[in-house]
Amino acid sequence: MAEIQSYTMNFGPQHPAAHGVLRLVLEMEGEVIQRADPHIGLLHRATEKLAESKPYNQTIGYMDRLDYVSMMCNEHAYVMAIEKMLGVEVPVRAQYIRVMFDEITRILNHLMWLGAHGLDIGAMTMFLYCFREREDLMDTYEAVSGTRMHATYYRPGGVYRDLPESMPMYQESKFRSKKEVNRLNASREGSLLDFIEAFTDKFPGCVDEYETLLTDNRIWKQRTVNIGVVTPERAMQLGFSGPMIRGSGVEWDLRKKQPYEVYDLVDFDIPVGVNGDCYDRYLVRIEELRQSNQIIKQCVDWLRANPGPVMVDDHKVVAPSRVEMKDDMESLIHHFKLFTEGYCIPEGEAYAAVEHPKGEFGIYLISDGANKPYRVKIRAPGFAHLSAMSEMVEGHMLADVVAVIGTQDIVFGEVDR
Amino acid sequence: MTNRYEILAARIDERFGEQMTRVASNCGELTFEVDKDDLHDIATALRNEAEFGFEMLMDVCGVDYLTYGSDEWTTSSATGTGFSRGVEREPVILDEADEFDPRRFAVVYHLLSLQHNFRLRLRTYTGTDNPPVIRSVTDIWNGANWFEREVFDLYGILFLGHPDLRRILTDYGFIGHPFRKDFPLSGNVEVIYDAEKGRVAYQPVSIEPRTLVPRVIRDDNRYSEDLKDRADG
Repeated sequence: MAEIQSYTMNFGPQHPAAHGVLRLVLEMEGEVIQRADPHIGLLHRATEKLAESKPYNQTIGYMDRLDYVSMMCNEHAYVMAIEKMLGVEVPVRAQYIRVMFDEITRILNHLMWLGAHGLDIGAMTMFLYCFREREDLMDTYEAVSGTRMHATYYRPGGVYRDLPESMPMYQESKFRSKKEVNRLNASREGSLLDFIEAFTDKFPGCVDEYETLLTDNRIWKQRTVNIGVVTPERAMQLGFSGPMIRGSGVEWDLRKKQPYEVYDLVDFDIPVGVNGDCYDRYLVRIEELRQSNQIIKQCVDWLRANPGPVMVDDHKVVAPSRVEMKDDMESLIHHFKLFTEGYCIPEGEAYAAVEHPKGEFGIYLISDGANKPYRVKIRAPGFAHLSAMSEMVEGHMLADVVAVIGTQDIVFGEVDR
Repeated sequence: MTNRYEILAARIDERFGEQMTRVASNCGELTFEVDKDDLHDIATALRNEAEFGFEMLMDVCGVDYLTYGSDEWTTSSATGTGFSRGVEREPVILDEADEFDPRRFAVVYHLLSLQHNFRLRLRTYTGTDNPPVIRSVTDIWNGANWFEREVFDLYGILFLGHPDLRRILTDYGFIGHPFRKDFPLSGNVEVIYDAEKGRVAYQPVSIEPRTLVPRVIRDDNRYSEDLKDRADG
């Protein structure tokens, strides 16, 4: 038999399991990986440079396109950095809306992750199940912002508008029968909050379904247990955050440790793993789904009972309403200045971080007092996680690379920026 | 929160003294400037000494201070035509300079201590060298590897002792460092399909840079320290 030699293999950039455009150069010894060298940047759009050429508010839309499966969380870090520098206090109702949508986003992200991760390592059904629930959450995005993905809903000073009183309905067509339409519209009769509440009531059952399929599944365990083990010490060394560091047993969650908005007023737990392998990270994320659901429930209750403003009343930062603008000179001037020039931020710098579904997502903002940022640095969690790829796959088989990409929850929008 | 940070600042002052200079912040964050020769020792101490315990490096960020504090809005020469009216562009400054302004390039480190729940920012200027060089911190925090590669790629700052300093985000064979302030937003080259050669080729960019909203710096009295009410009257 011929002697097996080590060779180099190219994985991606176009590969269904590469989660976008990842090119991996793998040095193999037979089917065992010696070294992995990820080549990234195929989706590099220089978001940070673009931000330097635009007034502050025009960059919010770019934030959605970073991690394009957890849009509002990206926006959140950006508007928080601006608010920090302006010294703006966001109304409590807007804070609750933000927390609620952060958690809806977390569920969106984790469902996408679970579906794709499952699909990658052989659990096709997961993808179909997860997208069924994602559809409802996308509808909440649509109801509140008008778009299903790139919401641009969070604004410095609050959120763009209050929660709508009605949900868009499905209509009968030759593709959808009356019976089907009635079923789909059943939970859409009331307001958005009713719709979200109906979702939170059924969602724990859905998570149970996912768990029935995976948690004790022999094949799932064979593919994930003891794959890509990271010790807590290494996780800290490598700059991990989010479920990646919690999976390794480090109890660290910005929502608890450095609470922002109203996270200190809602009740939830943070799950922590033990072994730091793919399976533990799976369990952590599944539990996060349940905890997020619980937070959303609490937010819905609060929002129902406490109407109020969702935007600060400071027209140096927030545009006045059109009605005001039509008959008030001052408002007209504010409106004109905000939309032609934007607002200036006092000279200084700030770093705002949120507990993004993938880890710590931070925005470092430097301002020289102008209406455009001098420098925006996006601290993407996926970037730090992907840099540890080589270390996580060394000594594993080729098929495990896919499991590790999946467990890192890589999205190239944020890695390449 | 702020009080805790004052205690940390006092501790840092006691331990490092002159080596770390505190930068004032108006949003309660702790920033220190350190000399690039001291950076490695200070970083090691901040990580290893129990009273600081900064076991995580969250971010490394390059900054180019070339055009800091300059605006491009001049009302007198506004012509009223086109999008870029009233904009005065900075002259292009070439990178071939023998030496840079000592405060042109900076590298900013964001540290996080899990055990004490502290954040800290360190800023180091790279000095006058062209290309700018600074000591790598990958041996202290392994996670710095890609962050430093990114800074090298986008700003051309070299990191001494980095194990694998390659470009990371830009294309294979890319020329220049795109995040420097003298690098145009639209880039220098564009990709076309060359029908004669039968392949993809590069050519100088054909789009003209334009400014939609000019950069303006306005003096805002609301943030002025002089006008704030003081306790001492």
